[in-house]
Amino acid sequence: MATTANGTRASFGEYVLRTPAVGPTIALVVAVVVFSLSTSTFLELDNLSLVVEQSLVVGTMALGQTLIILTAGIDLANAANTVLATLLMAKLVVGGAPAWLALLVGIAAATLIGALTGVLVTNIKLPPFIVTLGLLTILTAVSRIYTGESVPVSDPLLSWLGTRRYLFGGIEVTYGMTVALVMFLVVWYALTKTGWGKHVYAVGNEPEAARLSGINVQRTVIGVYIIAGLIYGIAAWQALGRVPNADPNAYQTANLDSITAVVIGGTSLFGGRGSVLGTLVGALIVTVLRSGLTQAGIDDLYQNVATGILVIAAVALDRFTRGRQR
Amino acid sequence: MRMGLTMGTLVAILAVTTTGCTTQRYWGGSTAVGNNTQAKIGLVTKTDTNPYFVALRQAAQAEASKLGAQFTALAGKFDGDNDGQVTAIENLVQRGVNTILITPNSATGVLSAIKQARDKGIMVIALDTETDPATAVDATYATDNTAAGRQEGQYVKAVLGDKPPQLLMLDGTAGSTVDTQRHTGFLQGFGLSDGDPAIIGHQSVNGDQSQAQQGMENLLQRATSVNAVYTLNEPTARGAYAALQARGLLNQVVMGSIDGGCQGVQDVKDGKYGATVMQFPAKMAALGVDAAVEYAKSGKKPSGFQNTGSMVITDKPVPGIPSQDTAWGLQNCWGK
Repeated sequence: MATTANGTRASFGEYVLRTPAVGPTIALVVAVVVFSLSTSTFLELDNLSLVVEQSLVVGTMALGQTLIILTAGIDLANAANTVLATLLMAKLVVGGAPAWLALLVGIAAATLIGALTGVLVTNIKLPPFIVTLGLLTILTAVSRIYTGESVPVSDPLLSWLGTRRYLFGGIEVTYGMTVALVMFLVVWYALTKTGWGKHVYAVGNEPEAARLSGINVQRTVIGVYIIAGLIYGIAAWQALGRVPNADPNAYQTANLDSITAVVIGGTSLFGGRGSVLGTLVGALIVTVLRSGLTQAGIDDLYQNVATGILVIAAVALDRFTRGRQR
Repeated sequence: MRMGLTMGTLVAILAVTTTGCTTQRYWGGSTAVGNNTQAKIGLVTKTDTNPYFVALRQAAQAEASKLGAQFTALAGKFDGDNDGQVTAIENLVQRGVNTILITPNSATGVLSAIKQARDKGIMVIALDTETDPATAVDATYATDNTAAGRQEGQYVKAVLGDKPPQLLMLDGTAGSTVDTQRHTGFLQGFGLSDGDPAIIGHQSVNGDQSQAQQGMENLLQRATSVNAVYTLNEPTARGAYAALQARGLLNQVVMGSIDGGCQGVQDVKDGKYGATVMQFPAKMAALGVDAAVEYAKSGKKPSGFQNTGSMVITDKPVPGIPSQDTAWGLQNCWGK
């Protein structure tokens, strides 16, 4: 059980308020229980694994987004970066390149774009919002210039994350789920157990204080954007696993959807506070709502209303707890 | 360890949610049909808000109520949202529908999800937009968009007569199937091919009125000799009209469109553009629902492509091109 700074045992309520991932986890459990009781089809293994599968692409984008938001930045171009990577992968394979090479090229391109974003944010000192807004427009246009149409691709390696399923104690699992889980755990470990992770939180909290305490702020932030780019490259692989068709018009709302998952997951948009496990839960909550409300026969416009209310509630909770801490 | 506790909570959820489930592969409800089963129909449109899809959805809903079928409507979030449509299909399968009617966002984007649904014994019918290959679904009820484009092209060319054409083309979204088919059909009907110098400009404006107006304004900056305009749909034509009117070029231009929405027919009546080519979404929807009810009742499936037709609507008919006037158009338009 957590203890407060002065050594007394904290009440459960305070613990929930101070630990970013707990609130959303409780919300997720509540949602799952409600839908399990109110529909006959929600609580089935197939459906539960489906909900996880539906969260993979945006969830992976949200993982990169979390890192950037922890440094008090924001990435509006993550989905556009992912889409361009899917087009590169698909078009190279259709053009006869080996799939492993196409995959590497796509992931490398996404990583490079991440590096470019980082350089613009740190060396040229531009606000991340503006940089990624500009990149969103550029990358979307480049995708449409590069292929005027969607590129269907049928290749076992490119769709490997979506198609290879095996039963694990009765649960259908895709390799994509395993890969996503491993990625989340690796990033969680790096953020919470390593010096690099402490630097990321410090830079997001008080960049000036971080600099004075000897942290190389610039290098830390560029590193975060590069890693996020790499993650977006893997999100592109996830996307092709789910829909084996690279489409320049796809994922137009995924940038905001990924921010939604991060915020519902309890990460603060002001930087320095939050967790990737919260984001994982946040991404699942959004999908659980859509799946459960659909099966309860609720119109999908009302589903969007519910998601919006959750976002605002999550940020209100963040403000409230910050107020208590200061 | 705060995080440790969170991980514990996650594991607990998994434990809670997975106990008591069977390990049987089971998708909500049975998809067995025949013997007068009730039809359970899921409709997946491209978006929620486009009046064309609203008309299609309302017609399907009305036909389903009339025949006592259960009906659920879902949609993608924007034109081209394949992922959202895949999710919708999966959720409908989970709901236990026995027929899915879908207007696919791309001819190839949702094929794997459609295949999964069909493998579970669900009948899938494409409405409005064909899949590629067409055999990916049980049947297709749609406008032949190439033919509709051809009608628009023939009409604009006929009104233009012997004048050397100076054509501007306002396309939809690069990569969308309907966009390609209408564009190709228009050029066939007009008697030009892509890259001909008579095409003095083209722009993709995503079927969006404000983008169309902006696109046309930009094209007119360098192409005031225009005398013919192709538009993908009526919102595009309205945007183009606003730009042409502002430049005082309306009288030298023949413009055509495709859709057949009530506002579009009214536009033609008001003389904003010469003609529009009407499609019949309500007919597609009704045919789809009827097929679903028949499938649930007897297990019989339709097959192949059924063209639900398209009709030139104009008050200035041209010999040799079958058309109806705007009075007929207003009675038969969609999106009232």
